[in-house]
Amino acid sequence: MASPTPSSATETAPAPPAPRAPLTETIRVRLRAPARRRNTELGLLLFALALAGGALALVQLGALGHLAGTMMLLSGLLGLFAIAIHVALRVVAPDADPFVLPIAVLLNGLGIAEITRIDIAEGLVGWDAAGVRQIAWSAIALAGALAVLLVIRNHRVLLRYRYLAMLAAIVLLLLPFAPLIGKEVNGATIWIQVGPLSFQPGELAKIALAIFFAGYLMTARDSLSMVSVKVLGLRLPRPRDLGPILVIWALSMLVLIGQRDLGTSLLYFGLFLVMLYVATGRLSWVLLGVVLFGGGAFAASRVLPYVENRFAGWLDAFNPEYYDAFGGSYQLVQGLFGLADGGLIGTGLGRGHPGIVPLAESDFIVASLGEELGMVGLFAILALYLLFVSRGFRIGFTGQDDFGRLLAVGLSFVVALQVFIVVGGVTRVIPLTGLTTPFLAAGGSSLVANWVIVAILLRVSDSVRAQPRWVVEEGRS
Amino acid sequence: MNKELRRVSAFVLVLFLALFSSSTIVQFFQSNSLKEDPRNVRTLYASFSTERGPILAGDQQVAYSTPVDDDFQYLRVYPDGPLYSAATGYFTLDQGATGVESELNSLLSGTSDSQFLDRVTSILTGQEPKGAAVELSIDPVVQQAAWDALGDYQGAVLAIEPATGRILALVSKPTFDPNALAVHDSAAVIDLYDQLLADPGQPLINRTIQGDLNPPGSTFKLVVASAALESGKYTPDSAFPNPAQLQLPQSTAVIQNSGGGTCGPGATVTIATALRLSCNIPFAELGLELGFRAISEQAKKYGFGDDSFEIPMPVAPSVYPAVQSDAELMLSAFGQGNDRVTPLQMAMVSAAIANGGLQMRPGVVDKVTAPDLSALRTFSPAEYGRPISAATAATMTQLMVANVANGAASNARIGGIDVAGKTGTAENGPGEPYTLWFTGFAPADSPQVAVAVVIEDGGGLGQEGYGNLLAAPIGKQVMEAVIDR
Repeated sequence: MASPTPSSATETAPAPPAPRAPLTETIRVRLRAPARRRNTELGLLLFALALAGGALALVQLGALGHLAGTMMLLSGLLGLFAIAIHVALRVVAPDADPFVLPIAVLLNGLGIAEITRIDIAEGLVGWDAAGVRQIAWSAIALAGALAVLLVIRNHRVLLRYRYLAMLAAIVLLLLPFAPLIGKEVNGATIWIQVGPLSFQPGELAKIALAIFFAGYLMTARDSLSMVSVKVLGLRLPRPRDLGPILVIWALSMLVLIGQRDLGTSLLYFGLFLVMLYVATGRLSWVLLGVVLFGGGAFAASRVLPYVENRFAGWLDAFNPEYYDAFGGSYQLVQGLFGLADGGLIGTGLGRGHPGIVPLAESDFIVASLGEELGMVGLFAILALYLLFVSRGFRIGFTGQDDFGRLLAVGLSFVVALQVFIVVGGVTRVIPLTGLTTPFLAAGGSSLVANWVIVAILLRVSDSVRAQPRWVVEEGRS
Repeated sequence: MNKELRRVSAFVLVLFLALFSSSTIVQFFQSNSLKEDPRNVRTLYASFSTERGPILAGDQQVAYSTPVDDDFQYLRVYPDGPLYSAATGYFTLDQGATGVESELNSLLSGTSDSQFLDRVTSILTGQEPKGAAVELSIDPVVQQAAWDALGDYQGAVLAIEPATGRILALVSKPTFDPNALAVHDSAAVIDLYDQLLADPGQPLINRTIQGDLNPPGSTFKLVVASAALESGKYTPDSAFPNPAQLQLPQSTAVIQNSGGGTCGPGATVTIATALRLSCNIPFAELGLELGFRAISEQAKKYGFGDDSFEIPMPVAPSVYPAVQSDAELMLSAFGQGNDRVTPLQMAMVSAAIANGGLQMRPGVVDKVTAPDLSALRTFSPAEYGRPISAATAATMTQLMVANVANGAASNARIGGIDVAGKTGTAENGPGEPYTLWFTGFAPADSPQVAVAVVIEDGGGLGQEGYGNLLAAPIGKQVMEAVIDR
């Protein structure tokens, strides 16, 4: 995790600049550092592109025996998109964090390579190939990220739109219920379809929610954290302050029951609880939330057969009764077989049989990568996520404005939690839910949403760096 | 806010540690058990896409993989399929495997833990990974002799090297051709498999170690005689009443000796004579005196009841079950009642006597070698147990030699060599064909081989055949093959 730096200005008065440092020295550091940061990013970015390109070439050589020119060309073009973002950053956010972009590019590229590998296994080519569509979506996602960077020059603007964000989140969540465009896939009502394009609006809703939570909590944190009533020795919030937590709880339950989507429900509620805790510092809120959600989920598991099935298929996955059942543990168990077959070092890219697992290119992309890259490769991927999240938390530690800090923490935590829910589901830590793995899994909505998160994190990190403050200077040296 | 953030950071770290742990558990600690799950078809693909190692007997390849032009890349070939089927078993595309093909599958397919470094090397060098070669202890000459000697009888022949436990011959008939089950056509394989399953001759059963076990008949007298000598209360000269008929206590059943008369002349008969002429009544009397516990313990020492025994194929435990009455005890003392044995068990009894009371753990595999010829696993001789003392072994050897030289096992005689042996003719119920036995070893003074022969279904002679007529000559031919090689 990010190394703790000295407390920020909001809690500790900034120490005066060191008197013995000559003025010229300070200026030199300040002027040269951004360029160095971007040069670091360029080096890492080229390395990430080389790794991702190498992975794509290897899956084709391993599974096809030769390179497919079109795929290499298309992904090469995508690489140019990534470099375009880097160039844009030099102009519009020169102080932005240098690790976020290369990590996202590497994960996205690895995802494209493994999705292409599944396409080869299933004999899909052209627009039918999920890999080709993933490249197209990646281009859209990168363009979206670029647009966010260019349009939003100061993240504090978002604070103004916090209630609009809340409205947007609710509309996005309700869209799949709308007539004509709403669509049910595998029992979950989380899709909309317009023409040939299908989209999971819930993915974008998590960003809108993070913006709303950050804005709302920043203004309401004092009333939430200062006033409390004592019940049985526990300091609990006043009933009237309970409003927001109950609203979010109701929203999560709506997703759980109405959309039959356990993972997303858990994701939203977890995001809210963590942001609430970071803003107010009140563990009692978190406990209350956990009790509320746990109770709701337990009740749902009693009433809703799909939740109950998920739990049974998780606890007793190898039991033929659940293994053979429709919607049972077949997928989970086949994913575990794939991971086991990969073992420590994997079968090698293009050399395994990841296509056996249903949804190997989306929900089970982690099992596919774990099979072909082994435990070593899976560890590397998890470490990349951990690094990504820690860069976001770093903004939370070093930022000056509470809105930016909360937003960065919320967005990076939502990525961490989503990775946990997906990978934990695949490796049987928790029951399996239908979430996508950020950046890796096939799916446009998830890619666009996560690249917007990248853009916002880059933007907020730039504002942190751009402040000529003593604390930051020390953090840099 | 930073304090909370540090706690949230720690929380995220805990979440990720859980993921690191779970993937380690799945991909490292549970990897093997998940690979062995029959529902995991990847293991099947893996076992076909790498060149599976050969199985060798002597310098012959009895099973090997040859490249073919289909999805599975290699076809399993058995040059003398039926001859070695009891040892090799079969290896099908997706209907499982048996025998050594199954028991040493991970080594043959190159996926065992001990081949981990080889797999890494083959990844780094780009060479196709290969499975390990399994060298059987089967001697092709002895195996062929046993196969020929058993002819068309339904039964089994087994030969062991007493000093090492190495199995020299393993034959079970009727059998199958593993080539026909190795074809890459699941429908044809399933069809053939169903036919084999329905065959009344049960060709898929390896009768040397498995199946519906047979009553041992008079060969079990070796165990009872051992128990008597080991007790210290009896010598070969201990005498028993010698009636021509004996009514079993609290029963209307009457038992006879196989000839129908007394066991030689005289009012009493010694254990030595009773064993030499294979008489039932004296052994029933001896069994009653010894008691169930003494016989049962001696049987257990010889290996009866061991349900974790592998060669490496699992061996069905032979049973000397608890008796309910003195009548049952007396029947069980000459190998009737509910006694049931494998040929391997009877060969192990002979082998223990041959080896001075020291019983070696039998096995069909000598060595497993990697493609670079380094030994991955070597099966060196190991002690199984010491069921009898050296003195008892010497006495038992004398008794068994007499049995062949001028007793009931005369057809096992080999010119110029002392052969130790014991025949058996076991009843399977009124009107049912007998089970015919021979077990023994040769040469008696420096044993090179111990054998067990079983012929089921009366050898086609119903209740007319007997051990010395059909089984003893087969045992003789197998022992000759070992001595002459």
